Amino acid sequence: MKSRSLPGVRFVLGVCLCLLGSLLSAAEVNVYSARKESLIKPLLLQFAEQTDIKVNLITGKADALLQRIVSEGKHSPADLLITVDAGRLYRAQQAQALQPIDSKILKDSIPEQYRDPAGYWYALSLRTRPIMYAPDRVSPEDLSTYEALVDASWKQRICIRSSNNIYNQSLVASMLAHHGESDTLAWSRGLVGNFARSPQGGDRDQIRAIAAGQCDLAIANSYYLGKMLASRDAAQRSAAEKVRIFWPNQKGRGAHVNISGAAVARYSKNRASAIKLLEFLVSDDAQRWYAETNFEYPVKAGIRTSEMLENWGKFKADILSLHQLGELNAQAVMIMDRAHWK
Amino acid sequence: MGTRNEALVPLGFSQRFRQQKSNLGWLFFAVCTALLLSIPVVTVLYSVTLPTSDIWAHLRSTVLADYALNSLVLAVGVCLGTSLIGITTAWLCSAYSFPGRKLFSWTLLLPLAFPPYIIAYTYTGMLDFAGPVQTSLRTIFDWEYGDYWFPEIRSIVGATIMISLVLYPYVYLLLRTAFSEQSSSLREASHMFGVGSYKTLFTIILPMARPALVAGLTLVVMETLADYGTVHYFGVPTFTTGILRTWFGLGDRVAATQLASLLLLCVFAVILAERYSRKAVRYQNPAKVQKGWRYPLSGTKAIAAIVICSLPVLLGFVVPALQLGAWTLRTAPEIIDYSFLTLIINTVQLAVIVTLIIITASAVLAYGKRVGTHFSIPYTVNLSSMGYAVPGVIIAVGVLLPFAWLDNTLDAWLQQNLGISSGLILTGTLISLAFAHVVRFMAIGLNSVDASLAKIHRSIDDAAQLLGRKTFERFASIHLPMIRGGILTAALLVFVEVTKELPATLVLRPFDFNTLAVRTYELASDERLADASSSALLIVAISVLPILILNRSIIQSGVVHGAQT
Repeated sequence: MKSRSLPGVRFVLGVCLCLLGSLLSAAEVNVYSARKESLIKPLLLQFAEQTDIKVNLITGKADALLQRIVSEGKHSPADLLITVDAGRLYRAQQAQALQPIDSKILKDSIPEQYRDPAGYWYALSLRTRPIMYAPDRVSPEDLSTYEALVDASWKQRICIRSSNNIYNQSLVASMLAHHGESDTLAWSRGLVGNFARSPQGGDRDQIRAIAAGQCDLAIANSYYLGKMLASRDAAQRSAAEKVRIFWPNQKGRGAHVNISGAAVARYSKNRASAIKLLEFLVSDDAQRWYAETNFEYPVKAGIRTSEMLENWGKFKADILSLHQLGELNAQAVMIMDRAHWK
Repeated sequence: MGTRNEALVPLGFSQRFRQQKSNLGWLFFAVCTALLLSIPVVTVLYSVTLPTSDIWAHLRSTVLADYALNSLVLAVGVCLGTSLIGITTAWLCSAYSFPGRKLFSWTLLLPLAFPPYIIAYTYTGMLDFAGPVQTSLRTIFDWEYGDYWFPEIRSIVGATIMISLVLYPYVYLLLRTAFSEQSSSLREASHMFGVGSYKTLFTIILPMARPALVAGLTLVVMETLADYGTVHYFGVPTFTTGILRTWFGLGDRVAATQLASLLLLCVFAVILAERYSRKAVRYQNPAKVQKGWRYPLSGTKAIAAIVICSLPVLLGFVVPALQLGAWTLRTAPEIIDYSFLTLIINTVQLAVIVTLIIITASAVLAYGKRVGTHFSIPYTVNLSSMGYAVPGVIIAVGVLLPFAWLDNTLDAWLQQNLGISSGLILTGTLISLAFAHVVRFMAIGLNSVDASLAKIHRSIDDAAQLLGRKTFERFASIHLPMIRGGILTAALLVFVEVTKELPATLVLRPFDFNTLAVRTYELASDERLADASSSALLIVAISVLPILILNRSIIQSGVVHGAQT
């Protein structure tokens, strides 16, 4: 009997030792991410493999995650907050949920306009929101700026998603920053007047609507077109192939861009690991991953992007400092309410 | 409410007091449970007392009327839709015999397995302008955009239809129960007097089943008002999307919570108004229930019955399930991996925990309501079930705020007095997540258990008490065995709802704790509907099982439980 029970005992002891070992050695970093699991996990796994730092992840809507960090207070396990727009990072900073980070690697990798001046947050990738058009019905010569989309010639020809969406809120916030309230309201009203249909669906739906002939123009984030072109689904590919990108405002301020970014939480218990992870996310490999897998633009200069992004051509990006998008977000939503932009 | 007779033997004041006193332990426990469960809803309602921001002026002058109107239209529309489907099918399956009746009697429950947002995604994928249906139409007839008219799925009408298709089983289930408990002699008598079957339904059968219909519609309305996924996807601005927009877009959480309170108060008002309107009426079925007799249908009438019963099953389950299946076949090899096992385990684990808590709490509360004579007890108990009308995200906030406060207070106290830190015990663990689910779905459990209890005649309680049985003894040996069916119904419905729940899970879950609903949402909100289909189909599959058990138990016992509140 005794000898029989021995393997069992050994097993239990072994498991206990392993657990103890993992408890002792575990350098950890806790990530609250507004980026979807599938769009961040591969990078996190790579980081964990390289550094032996265990990464724990929860995903969710940025504001809900921020609410959680704030409520949890000084015991919050959050180390790193990842969002998909600058506005939410600004909001987190306002809520005093972040701490400034001073890292040479981060400063050297990320251009000034894509990080907080005091080091509270850093951009990881760029997401652009250009105009998309149907080449068989629209000549690119007729396109110029976001502002020109209110022209009567575009009546019932434009598709765009609902104003609940943060990308549209940021776009309108950027208009506010450049033109002020009354012009932006007039622009929003003009744009709503040119809608081909009541706003609905996501960005891919707008691209599909162009392909199907429901509208001739759309404003949508470029990476959605990239994902459709690279899709396994033939229907998505063929729809995307009927659509082209136009970079607006190239003679002026440049096309609207937002960022995905990250910040270290104020009460982070694993500050060093969190910074390490941040630095990893702007490493050349990670930056290339954004371009190749998610068709976003690297925030770091000199990274070779994917062939598709090269095909779309170079563009000038709006240099508006991004925290303004956060400051003006609420005002932008109010303007869209007043313009009856659903 | 069932019948409520006073004790058989007239009691004097001191005896009444003694009766009350002997229940005190249970009552105390019930009131504590109710208060604990009310914390999130009270937290939400408390926001009304906070100073309002100038965002309210903006909301009033722009979108508030739209939110209210759309929510109202949606709630009324879904009520009509679910009543139409629920009443017709329940009546057909109870009062008539026709080929396939038995098959329909359980398949009509299946749409319950679909979360509203998933059926909305699925139909949009099919019926959208750029979807396969319209695209084939255009190819076949060589149409262009604008050449033809096609109903717009992404509209308030579309949302009404989608939500009705998955919520009508509540009405159907509760009505079928009520009908089966009515004596068929009523139908026979009515038939003999030459009263048409429609007239019989509307003048005799339905008025008698009013409590069941109301219980079903209450669940339907609360669920509809709390729906976010469907209306958000369809671009229909309602209270729920407004609440989220006010929080996320305008960055004002307090105003968002105040909006949620407004919604809650409206629901309160409707429920109270309904209670008041039938206060004077008592619903009592003939003591001896005769079963079995059904009008036989044949020929065109039988075919019509088959068509009417198969439409909701086809549209609410078969078609979307086939579409999901088709997508899954295409994407599964790339999407399904070992992580799915964890997703399934997490989902089922959470559902089981929440179900166990809810049925226990429901039994405690419902029985407390029965033995407690103070007028405030029903209100206290009902307050604990109001979470069903609150959008999941707002419930999450209602849980997060008090729990985090409790955690931090406890930690501060421990540090000061014992020098140890407890950290976060409640927030960010399964405790807060399970608690939020309990609060969100308490109404389902309580409604069902309460209704079963109401059917037990008071004279039984009185007799047991006269025989000197204590409160707990009475409950355990007499009531509990009699309400087993109601508890089973509650358990299975709650299990299904937790499996489908999304928003609260998203906010409150611990690290690396994903459920099938979370996975589905992440992929679907990234506009990868086809990739989301595998996990969506699994949610449906996991939910179908309890529904089948539920149906089996109903058929075996011959009686459906939980029909009346």
